[in-house]
Amino acid sequence: MIRTDPLVIAGREFGSRLFLGTGKFPSNAVLADTIAACGTEMVTVALRRIDPAATEDILDALPAEGVLLLTNTSGAADAGEAVRLARLARAAGLPEWIKLEVTPDPRYLLPDPVDTLRAAEVLVADGFTVLPYCPADPVLCKRLEEAGCATVMPLGSWIGSNQGLRTQAALEIIIEQALVPVVVDAGIGAPSHAALAMELGAAAVLVNTAIGTARDPVAMGHAFALAVTAGRSAYRAGLASPAAVAAASSPLTGFLS
Amino acid sequence: MTAVAVTLESRPETVPPGTAAADVVATDLAGLRARAERAGATEVDAALRGGGGLAGFAALLSPAAGERLEELAQAAHATTIRRFGPTVRLYAPLYLSNECVSVCTYCGFSAGNQIARRTLTVDEVAAEAAALAGQGFRHVLLVAGEHARIVSRDYLVACVEALAPVIPQISVEVQVWDSATYRRLVAAGCDGLTVFQETYDAGTYAEVHVKGKKRNYAWRLAAPDRGAEAGMRRLGIGALLGLHRDWRTDALALAAHAGALTRRWWRCEVTVALPRLRPAAGFQPADALTDRQFVQLLCALRVALPDVGINLSTREAPALRDALIRLGVTTMSAGSHTEPGGYAGPSDAEPQFEIADTRSPAEIAGVLRAAGYDPVWKDWQRA
Repeated sequence: MIRTDPLVIAGREFGSRLFLGTGKFPSNAVLADTIAACGTEMVTVALRRIDPAATEDILDALPAEGVLLLTNTSGAADAGEAVRLARLARAAGLPEWIKLEVTPDPRYLLPDPVDTLRAAEVLVADGFTVLPYCPADPVLCKRLEEAGCATVMPLGSWIGSNQGLRTQAALEIIIEQALVPVVVDAGIGAPSHAALAMELGAAAVLVNTAIGTARDPVAMGHAFALAVTAGRSAYRAGLASPAAVAAASSPLTGFLS
Repeated sequence: MTAVAVTLESRPETVPPGTAAADVVATDLAGLRARAERAGATEVDAALRGGGGLAGFAALLSPAAGERLEELAQAAHATTIRRFGPTVRLYAPLYLSNECVSVCTYCGFSAGNQIARRTLTVDEVAAEAAALAGQGFRHVLLVAGEHARIVSRDYLVACVEALAPVIPQISVEVQVWDSATYRRLVAAGCDGLTVFQETYDAGTYAEVHVKGKKRNYAWRLAAPDRGAEAGMRRLGIGALLGLHRDWRTDALALAAHAGALTRRWWRCEVTVALPRLRPAAGFQPADALTDRQFVQLLCALRVALPDVGINLSTREAPALRDALIRLGVTTMSAGSHTEPGGYAGPSDAEPQFEIADTRSPAEIAGVLRAAGYDPVWKDWQRA
């Protein structure tokens, strides 16, 4: 395949702009088939789910190559816990790419902006490639970028909510200002949501619940892949925006004639 | 005069990576320029709605957009009111010195020119500032020619320190310095840095900057980055339109620079100036803009970069300045003197350029009010 529009994160090229979360799938086999069907090259797995002693571990669903394992710190309630989880992942020989999640609130699993930034600073200094899940706050995203994060991953809406891009206005500012790839994470409940995120100029989307809990996760993974490609192509082609209403008042250039 | 040692500093001939200057160098100006040439109704329609970035700006510079100037002006007016309200900030340039060791073909201060040279003492600078404060000014831009020994770091820091208790907002437009010097200026009370690249075309830049340290294009281009790094809160950039043989190319680079600065230095407020070179004795612009083209450029900039301030100097004539207020200008100088020592009393030093709008600051404020705009004298004070 000729890659005319690769996504580059921390120097590594990705052919797919769909990142996949691995929770909530009915089985490892379905997960493996979905990974193949959607063409993703980055999947995120919670370190707490990994059990090297198990006969069938979630890591067994990952293909041997072509897909980067992005360990996440899901479950961490503060910066200290997240940093410890990341170091455990490193000690276990997992890739040093970390999806940083700090979610002290167990109901909505909203990321803690203060501790996310603190943990990012520590992990970047520690040599990790850090992809932080964060609130859709443009200033926080600039601070995370300055801290050395490889991407920012603002939420579209609450994780697992399938509500789509309720933070769209803020995402637009984040995308406009960012110097690192913006990955819209959380809340994407339908392929149309993913397409919209890509049309807005997001570099990629991360989807989990909408695929893992679909009646047919494999088919849904494929549908998301199509939507991400369509949205990206539309963004690159230059979307026509809705017409503004022109309301000519008194001429402003009469002085020139 | 006591000789002051000039410390040699490293001034690389290339822009550092990760800067707005590097972003400008990496911009496909030729591609944008081609877009500005061939844009049709569809591209102009889309660009008029805003949000089109540099490609949109290019479309708005096109001949096709030039045919729709009134539409463009309406869009610029609406954008400005939405973002800034009916306000114009006023400031005054305070010329410290017209001493200069650089030779630049377009400038009155050029080293070879046989003119009356003068450098104000710090006390004289304070007197000038007091005169400006008496006129209502709370934002002063300190301007000087390039003479690192006479207009030294220490001198500039002393000037800022002397003014800081009286003038709440101080900016500098002087020779470019290293980050350490900018940090000293910030610590002394300066929060704005203005550096015009003059022209973004490296070939033309080399032709018009004949002699002196100003010849280093890259070091100058990265000066706003160094200032921002040092803590300057406001960055001013500009190009002398008409210096390069194609003003549209310089305008595209200027817009690219403004956009890059707002992304790289997101804490800073960025303002662009559009000084237009006019035919004058001894100097003929390579590509002089007509009033119509000037209006097109100003409006295009406003629509494409809604958050960037646009500064208009007293180079332009009163009737044009008054008309431009409604089109997107957000900052104006008023009652300016471009010779050192012109405010507190008459000065026999040579001005940098002739000003076209000689109305007093009070008159300018009156014009703004009559147009329904609020003249803003003060909008910043360091706590």
